[in-house]
Amino acid sequence: MPPERRAAVARGSPLSSNGAGPLLAVDGLAVDYALPRGLVNAVARRPREAVLAVDGVSFTVERGELLALVGESGCGKTTTAQSVLRLIEASAGTIEFAGRDITKLGSRELRLLRRRMQIIYQDPYESLDPRFTVERAVEEPLVIHGLGGSRSERAALVRDAVARVELTPPELFLDRYPHELSGGQRQRVAIAAALVLEPELLVADEPVSMLDVSVRAGVLNLLDGLRASSLGILMITHDLSTAARYADRIAVMYLGRIVEIGRAAEIIQNPQHPYTRALLSVVPRRDPRDRAKPQILKGEAPDATRIPSGCRFHPRCPVAIAECPTHDPALRQPREARTAEHQAACILA
Amino acid sequence: MSVSVHEPGAVAEPLPVRTRGGVVWDTIRHRPGAVVGTLVLAVIVLVAVLAPWIAPYGLHEQVGPPFEAPSKAHPLGLDDGGIDMVTLLMWGARISLIVGFAATFVSMVIGGTIGLTAGYFGGKVESVLMRITDYFLVIPDVPLMIVVAAIWGPSLFHIIIVIGILLWTSTARVIRAQVKSVRERVYVKRARALGAGHWRVVWRHVLPQVAPLLIANTVLTIAVAIFDETALAFLGLGDPSRISLGKVIENAFQRAAISSGAWWAIVPPGVLVALLILACSLIGQALEESLNPRLRVAHLSAHTFRLRPLVGRKADAL
Amino acid sequence: MSTLLQTDELNVWFDLPRGGTLHAVQGVSVALEPGERLGLVGESGCGKTTTGLALMGLLPSSATAAGRIELNGLDILAGGEETMRAHRWVDIAMVFQGAMNAFNPVKTVGSQIVEALELHGSSSGRAARAQTGELLGAVGIPPDRAERYPHEFSGGMRQRAAIAMALACKPSVLVADEPTTALDVMVQAQILALLDGLCRDFGLALLLVTHDLPVVAQLCDRAAVMYAGEIVEEGPVEELYHDPRHPYTRLLFAATTDLNAEALPVSIPGAPPRLDRPIAGCPFRARCDRAFARCEHDRPLLRAVGSRRVAACHLNDVPLSLEAVR
Repeated sequence: MPPERRAAVARGSPLSSNGAGPLLAVDGLAVDYALPRGLVNAVARRPREAVLAVDGVSFTVERGELLALVGESGCGKTTTAQSVLRLIEASAGTIEFAGRDITKLGSRELRLLRRRMQIIYQDPYESLDPRFTVERAVEEPLVIHGLGGSRSERAALVRDAVARVELTPPELFLDRYPHELSGGQRQRVAIAAALVLEPELLVADEPVSMLDVSVRAGVLNLLDGLRASSLGILMITHDLSTAARYADRIAVMYLGRIVEIGRAAEIIQNPQHPYTRALLSVVPRRDPRDRAKPQILKGEAPDATRIPSGCRFHPRCPVAIAECPTHDPALRQPREARTAEHQAACILA
Repeated sequence: MSVSVHEPGAVAEPLPVRTRGGVVWDTIRHRPGAVVGTLVLAVIVLVAVLAPWIAPYGLHEQVGPPFEAPSKAHPLGLDDGGIDMVTLLMWGARISLIVGFAATFVSMVIGGTIGLTAGYFGGKVESVLMRITDYFLVIPDVPLMIVVAAIWGPSLFHIIIVIGILLWTSTARVIRAQVKSVRERVYVKRARALGAGHWRVVWRHVLPQVAPLLIANTVLTIAVAIFDETALAFLGLGDPSRISLGKVIENAFQRAAISSGAWWAIVPPGVLVALLILACSLIGQALEESLNPRLRVAHLSAHTFRLRPLVGRKADAL
Repeated sequence: MSTLLQTDELNVWFDLPRGGTLHAVQGVSVALEPGERLGLVGESGCGKTTTGLALMGLLPSSATAAGRIELNGLDILAGGEETMRAHRWVDIAMVFQGAMNAFNPVKTVGSQIVEALELHGSSSGRAARAQTGELLGAVGIPPDRAERYPHEFSGGMRQRAAIAMALACKPSVLVADEPTTALDVMVQAQILALLDGLCRDFGLALLLVTHDLPVVAQLCDRAAVMYAGEIVEEGPVEELYHDPRHPYTRLLFAATTDLNAEALPVSIPGAPPRLDRPIAGCPFRARCDRAFARCEHDRPLLRAVGSRRVAACHLNDVPLSLEAVR
């Protein structure tokens, strides 16, 4: 099926696409979780305490670009990704998709939106219904949204999607069940199910961390190739090496904030935030001779209920100065930045 | 799990697929307890269904003196009204099974729906539904039955409803727990993220996962329902116009079968009820065990790994 | 320096539930000296975890083992469970995969370490508590944390506690199975530094079982690469990276993303062979980019390819002029 026909059949959404401007623009996103109160507090009607898991995050994703959201567990990267898709409700901020603010959309319009944004989950062993064949799993999005016309037209779209993820010949895979496939193949099926709707934005949450090493590159290269069809990809990963190789831009998160953002090459070669520098120094390299002097930080990141005052990173920062406990730096261009988009939130940068 | 399909694409060696019916059928086939239970249940059900045609004598036909001892013509003797015991047992099993299945159906529908709704939606809905469940859980069954009999009269229909109302709570709890866990599975969340509505998610993703456990629970509930009906009939709270196995026992008891020494009027119906319940329990337990691995008892084995002498270098196979 | 731990042709078979056996470990021979860090690298299903469990004698009843495991010259496998029990935890200890989640949630961490000490007769009562404090200190946990419960510890601290528990009876060999896989990169660095320090300060020999090549590259001196139940190459990690003598080693490095490498990583097509059937020829040939005729029917054996280096590949036998032939 020719791509134009395929796109025409799969699309047809009343939400119009704004050609200019970024595909996704997140501004000041905040997400909080209410803490359970307990009986005494509930009876006394004390207000619920909230944990701010994401506290003022702003970034953009262009069409055909891969932005990697990098950070350790608890930094809020998964929460950010889920709220972009409105799977979690944001408590503040705006999310603009193709020029339109989607934070206030009702459920009907939200359903239409789901066609244009898709998610790939981390666990390939859990993300497919074990009772669905590959064909049914990839067809399901079309059925849910009433797309694809007749049965045979849908079957053709499904075949195309399965072939696009390099499971060839597609016929060999269409009536397999997930337990007959390897982890890498399952992940490809999940990607095919995401692609069959011709989405414009793909959120990939640690897409390869549960796959064997020899298989990861294939799936990552597949995602990489999707950028050519102007798909925007937001990839969540804790693996800086993956981000370094595949991302166009990288955003480093710490305790609910972006502490550094910029072109991938710039971030890797010229990091300006002490946290980024420390992280990069401890990433193990393949080459045994390549032992960068690791800057191992003490302790672990505090949890979101105990956010430090001033700069959130100051208790662990190796170069903290007197102002840091009282001054909360905003993202701005560092003095030694080599590109315009490079921003870091550090008083010393 | 051996991976047989090469990536990306090569010769396929498909593994046998576990379908929904497959799990149930597999379990029944491979566990001796379930096999025995199924056979016993099947035989009794068959006999009960065909009772009107294969019963040797009429249900109300007096063919001899009360409490006549077993003989060649009447292998289980006669009851207090001179009616053949074998005939009574066949017809009695019919009613017991009808009540058992019908009450279970009621309880399964109510319990399954409430459990599904509570587990799927969570939050306030779940709290409310679970509190209602708890309320029903603590209602004592016999007093309720007496009350119902007193107010509406003891008909078979009322008995079925009452037993159903008493039994749905355990189903609701089991189903709710299972639904809650399935709800958190990634593929269910993914279906929601794709834009699937609640109905679709429940029907296509949640229910198929929950169905086998629901079946196991249903079979176990049948056992309890039959027991409940028997107990109620024995206490004289059953439908007086229908003969169930419990009624047979009750009749014998009331008409002094024991002092007459007529064991054949009491023991066989009791044994039959016990067999029915045992059969259902065996099947239900086998299904539950195979579906819920945590129920399996891990044996702290006294045996450890075995040793064998090395033969040559790079031994390939045993 | 005498070899601390040596296995010779270690084999493990598992009985399959529907009949047949799975040959999970096929003739593995490794050696560890005091203070040495050896990485056992491979992907899922290659047999590395089973090898680690075999060293501890913690195989299930469906397993059959053969070969020798020599600890300080004594074959501890030959005596079966009897001998293995005598040496388990006392001479050789293991940190299991997911050990940080294996703590009893209703007992304090300290009490669980004390329990381990008392079980193996090392000490009891006050002496055990004092030792626990020392152990926790040695792994970087403030000793007063011994009174806390596991859920009050972060993931990294629980992993440290698991290491402390493994070291309670002062073993000379530590087998660590994926010790940092579930941890963030900074915590991983902390744990690796800890293991490094323990080896240096206490002469502990470490067998690091993992799929993560860069971790092995950073921490270990030597590495053994496992594939389909056997070791396909072993040697100093530097040489494995710069001069691999087995295609799997080379391709595995090439498939690993690296911060500094220019080229994109490349997948290895295909999947590992089934281990419930005998394998004819080289187990890697279906996925190998340099397989040739001999690989079909002739299974390569581990041969020396340098000083302290072995590899199991026919390419090492062929004279250079014929190497290009496919």
